Amino acid sequence: MTTLLAIDWALLTEKLILIAIIIFASLGIALYMTYGERKVAGILQDRPGPNRAGPFGIFQPFADGLKLIMKEEIIPDTSNKALFILGPGLAMSAALMTCAVVPWGDHVELFGRNIALQIADINVGILYVFAVVSVGVYGIMIGGWASNNKFSLLAALRGASQAISYELAMGLSLIAVLMTTGTLQLGEIVKQQMAPGHLWNIAYQPLAFIIFLVCAFAECNRTPFDLPEAESELNQGYHQEYSSMKLGFYLFSEYINMFISSAIMVTLFFGGYDVPFLNESLLSPNIAALVGIIALMTKIVCFIFFFMWVRWTIPRFRYDQLMNLGWKKLVPLALANMLITGAVILLWFNK
Amino acid sequence: MNWLPMLLDATESTAANYFPIGIQIIFAVGFVAFMIALSAWVGPKRKTSDKLESFTSGISTHGDARHPMAIKYFLVAILFVLFDVEVIFFYPYAVNFKSLGWGGFEAVLLFVAFFLVGFFYIIKKGALTWED
Amino acid sequence: MSAIQIIFWFLSALAIVSALMVLISKNPVHSVLWLIMVFFAISGHYILLNAQFLAIVNLIVYAGAIMVLFLFVIMLMNLNNESEPQKNVWMRLAGAVSGGCLLMILVSLVRQAIEINNKVAEMKVGDIGLIGNLGKALFKDYLVPFEISSVLFLSAMVGAIVIGKKN
Repeated sequence: MTTLLAIDWALLTEKLILIAIIIFASLGIALYMTYGERKVAGILQDRPGPNRAGPFGIFQPFADGLKLIMKEEIIPDTSNKALFILGPGLAMSAALMTCAVVPWGDHVELFGRNIALQIADINVGILYVFAVVSVGVYGIMIGGWASNNKFSLLAALRGASQAISYELAMGLSLIAVLMTTGTLQLGEIVKQQMAPGHLWNIAYQPLAFIIFLVCAFAECNRTPFDLPEAESELNQGYHQEYSSMKLGFYLFSEYINMFISSAIMVTLFFGGYDVPFLNESLLSPNIAALVGIIALMTKIVCFIFFFMWVRWTIPRFRYDQLMNLGWKKLVPLALANMLITGAVILLWFNK
Repeated sequence: MNWLPMLLDATESTAANYFPIGIQIIFAVGFVAFMIALSAWVGPKRKTSDKLESFTSGISTHGDARHPMAIKYFLVAILFVLFDVEVIFFYPYAVNFKSLGWGGFEAVLLFVAFFLVGFFYIIKKGALTWED
Repeated sequence: MSAIQIIFWFLSALAIVSALMVLISKNPVHSVLWLIMVFFAISGHYILLNAQFLAIVNLIVYAGAIMVLFLFVIMLMNLNNESEPQKNVWMRLAGAVSGGCLLMILVSLVRQAIEINNKVAEMKVGDIGLIGNLGKALFKDYLVPFEISSVLFLSAMVGAIVIGKKN
């Protein structure tokens, strides 16, 4: 048992602190995304939005969060109790797991240690995200089924079918990008885009980006793909029977997913923490990391605003339109994009 | 064998890179369990039989919600499994794309040709049409 | 006992307990969820062997795709405790005996196999499980099986449609 003591305690603490910071930061950002959502909706509809709790209503998310915790937990009699609790737990855990492979910055030097601002730089980077997303589907399915409510069940069914359909197009659209990068490691993909003379991947793969963006909307159940929560036909969707923090988890996981998918789109297509026309190597590492994080967050906020803007611009799809778009348009388009990218690179660029 | 050398060569692709993910799983699940327990403990508990009925917009519930569903959903799930495995095959190719050159591209072209034959068969048979 | 051994035993115990729970659970949905736990534990083993691509593909394909299909079937056919066929005692006994025989054969085969006698699994040294090396092997040495697999997919699609669209 003595070798157990040989654990690199410093590294363990470092990672633990990093994980805690990133998870609580994503929770805080998700909290303020609910506020942002309501403010953006207010502005787009020419009304003030939340403005009572604190100046400009900035304490509104805390009031909402506290309310969710203090509410009564209701578990319907006819539901399957264990699965009813497991559903939102799974959805939230999966949402909190995706941030592990996103590079939030290069590295910082603190207390003489070189701390990478990425929880885990693994060889299969982007596939890890797909694995977690595919497990996240269970949160919706189990929650909707365990409620034993017809609306919930229908919504869960829709949600799961939608999620798996768009996962395909999402996976296919990325292959063209990975052909140009030659690696799945997200940290490496960002470094390639930062290299001088190399543009962001959006310049090389605009079609892949558009397909990925559409799929990200569908995976996050955002309008125009919010059929699992179509309130006009399904009351509330798969979380109909939920109350208190379990409902909060479903709502939060959606916002965290939106945040992380924005982060991943920025990382893959918009240079991650890269600041254009700035040579980061001239700055000291800590300043460069700070500038990088600010740049990354700015780009992410732009994406989040885009998500919210679209919500009030485009009406909801019908279910057959949704499935047709996913299977019959995006999948062949992504496949064609992959083959054309391959042919073009082999013909002209593979010297 | 202990963690020290394993964690020091973390720049290479070793299993040690996954160690933080293990920590994160424990952290995330712990946080979720804590919050669920907290809200169950803090919230009021005044249960009545009406409150614990499943909600169906005010009308009384008719039987069990779980009924057999349309087969289209099963078909989508089966086709998803098949296509997902095919997509997974493209990932090792994409990573080695440049070194494999035209030989690899032709192999993938043939693979995609079979993929497309199946795809058009599915569409012609109307497995993905939702309105009938 | 080193940290890796502790993780190995933990994952093995998790896999075996979850596998037993798959069998013991009365509710088919619980069985599926326990089966997903088994896949997670096995992916952990793959990572210990540095077969990273295999680990993640195991999660995406088995835990993420095939189990969704299982769950769809169980949830939507409404298979639950009541509809599960109850076998009589003799059927259970026969099942236990034949299962035990299979276990004995497997164990004795593994013990007799010369190839794996006194071999230790390669921990973190092999790199064939990384996606780059795997791709090279797949597209150079195993090109024909790769193409044949696409024919297999085609036949599977045709099969699914023929069964699914039968009126």
